[in-house]
Amino acid sequence: MALKRKDLLGIRGLSRDEIDEILNTAELMKYILIQDHKRTPHLQGRSIVTLFYENSTRTRLSFELASKYMSASMANVTAGSSSVAKGECLIDTGKTIESMGVDVVVIRHPVSGAPHILAKHVTASVINAGDGINEHPTQALLDMFTIRQKKGTINNLVVAIIGDILHSRVARSNIWGLTTMGAEVRVAGPATLMPPDIEDMGVKVFYNVDEALKGADVVMGLRLQKERQMKGLLPSIREYTRLYCINKERMLLARKDALIMHPGPINRGVEISSDIAEGEQSTINEQVTNGVAVRMALLYLLTRRNKDAVY
Amino acid sequence: MLCIKNGIVVDGINPEPYKADILVDGKEIIEIASEISTVADVTIDAAGKCVLPGFVDAHCHLREPGYEYKEDIGSGTRSAAAGGFTSIACMPNTHPAVDNAALVNFIKMRALEERAAKVYPIAAVTKGLKGEELTEMWELKKAGAVALSDDGKPIMNAGIMRLALQYARGFDMLIISHCEDLQLTGDGVMNEGYMSTVLGVKGITRAAEEVMVARDIILAETLKTPVHIAHVSTRGSVELIRQAKKRGVKVTCETAPHYFSAADEWVDGYDADTKVNPPLRTADDVEAIIEGLKDGTIDIIATDHAPHHRDEKEVEYSLAASGISGFETAFSLAYTHLVEPGVISLHQLVEKMSTRPADILNIDGGRLQVGKTADITVVDPAKEYTVDVSQFHSKGKNSPFHGRTLKGKVVHTIVDGRVVMENEKILV
Repeated sequence: MALKRKDLLGIRGLSRDEIDEILNTAELMKYILIQDHKRTPHLQGRSIVTLFYENSTRTRLSFELASKYMSASMANVTAGSSSVAKGECLIDTGKTIESMGVDVVVIRHPVSGAPHILAKHVTASVINAGDGINEHPTQALLDMFTIRQKKGTINNLVVAIIGDILHSRVARSNIWGLTTMGAEVRVAGPATLMPPDIEDMGVKVFYNVDEALKGADVVMGLRLQKERQMKGLLPSIREYTRLYCINKERMLLARKDALIMHPGPINRGVEISSDIAEGEQSTINEQVTNGVAVRMALLYLLTRRNKDAVY
Repeated sequence: MLCIKNGIVVDGINPEPYKADILVDGKEIIEIASEISTVADVTIDAAGKCVLPGFVDAHCHLREPGYEYKEDIGSGTRSAAAGGFTSIACMPNTHPAVDNAALVNFIKMRALEERAAKVYPIAAVTKGLKGEELTEMWELKKAGAVALSDDGKPIMNAGIMRLALQYARGFDMLIISHCEDLQLTGDGVMNEGYMSTVLGVKGITRAAEEVMVARDIILAETLKTPVHIAHVSTRGSVELIRQAKKRGVKVTCETAPHYFSAADEWVDGYDADTKVNPPLRTADDVEAIIEGLKDGTIDIIATDHAPHHRDEKEVEYSLAASGISGFETAFSLAYTHLVEPGVISLHQLVEKMSTRPADILNIDGGRLQVGKTADITVVDPAKEYTVDVSQFHSKGKNSPFHGRTLKGKVVHTIVDGRVVMENEKILV
């Protein structure tokens, strides 16, 4: 079934066919990105707004460039610089934006489920660019796109996701997506940063990172927020790094051709060592490129007038 | 005089329902007999319906003074009457909090103006609900407070809780404890478990409730004094209370209808009408709550009626207010989930919604008997209907049960011999 949704709120609930369609479309979009003349008419006449209640550099810029490469009108709204700061509620803000003729609202919000509430109250398409600790679907799509490009397929690959799983919307979206696409997903991290009953999402849980890395095809690091230590979830960053940092030595346990991925921004020497982040196996910069292609694909697919059309 | 004819009477005393007419003169029930021939001024035909002692709610929020945009004593009591409640005990977490005799008197005075249901104020345990200094409990009791509670907030300091239980005992004042260890709750907003993981929402461990239930049981046990545990929601709490009762601890407890009618799967979709404190738990907890109601561990069903304004609910889940507008679905939920499937009898439901709450609060009501006050609720057990919050008399339309089909509906409510609701129409 082709993507016929109004919104992209999460990877949860997407079918394998839907994910395939997005990734296939992104292949074509990536071709545009390597041209000298990066301009296509796919979104000509369309209007796109990013509504960010949290700081972001790469995601917001990625959506902005994706929109502009496809000739859309686009504007950015940040919580600090708008009436949001005056206490306007999410639904009112959403309706205000929509009333200006906007086709797609890209929202990032610190509260899980905020995009879902917005989507219920506006007719514009809503894309979740990260909600609380819930999902970051476009990140997972670009990760899957990167894996597929490098490995040919996602099916049957062993993917180890390392770090703060509890607070990671990237991890949650990737778990939904990778398991749907047939990968074996392992999660590893300190027990205080592991969500309850996560095994029931179809992943294997490891507290020992070495065990999780054995034979892995893909190793995904997650950003460790320094505030986790302040909140007492970790005794020290030092101990975390000794136990969970993805470094050269540990990577010997994974397959030789294993990919090293990270959604960025990275804390060098905390969750990943510098040499590994910059090494040959690292896809970190390519992920960023692919992020633009995937977002172009999504913006196009969600705004197609005839959703039955096959691209 | 008022006569309720041809109904099946479940009087709160006899376990077996019987067909009888009830004659009321003024505020009093003057006759209960199989056929009353006295001609009354008003006759209610209750054929095919059940005649019950008016429901008594030991836990609700009427929001006045301070939050009249959510609810006031007028809308709240009409909502109660629509739900078949004739006496309700309201929590003191208003603005300002009911921590002094003047405010207790204010609530009583406002209730007398409205008259849709009788209102019994519950006063604060600590000044300003801060959990630091005890209120003037004797004066509060003299003013008319029927119990004490800091509901909405736990008394985190165990030393203060112990002092409160000790001091209140001197005046036979029951303390109703909102059991929640705030350190364990942290920034959680739904039950911690598989669903919180799936939805990416911060969870509240069941331990947050159970740790404090255990604490309060131990305090009550060592002091040999009563304590009442509010809104029990977990299997662990039920088991702690079950064991304590076996040991002879004077602990009583309540649960609310949503803890046996809904579970944390309902949070999927992030509809804030499912947000309540304690949170909706798992299907396993629901099962344990039902077992606790069946074996008597859970003494009563209280609504925890917590009306909120739309604007406080149509927001991001973690920013939304906690609470469910509960008066108008309480009986139907209990009938649908407890009586209809045969978990408990209608008599046992009456015990949990009328008789025992009146006894625990030591207030009038809970039984249909000659000489007793005519607080009477007539229900139609066969009536199925779909919950529509726009029809609520409460200002709070916040119910996760909107759109659900339930069985059993309140049709008439009589308070002090006055018909306040007739054929589902509120008359006051």
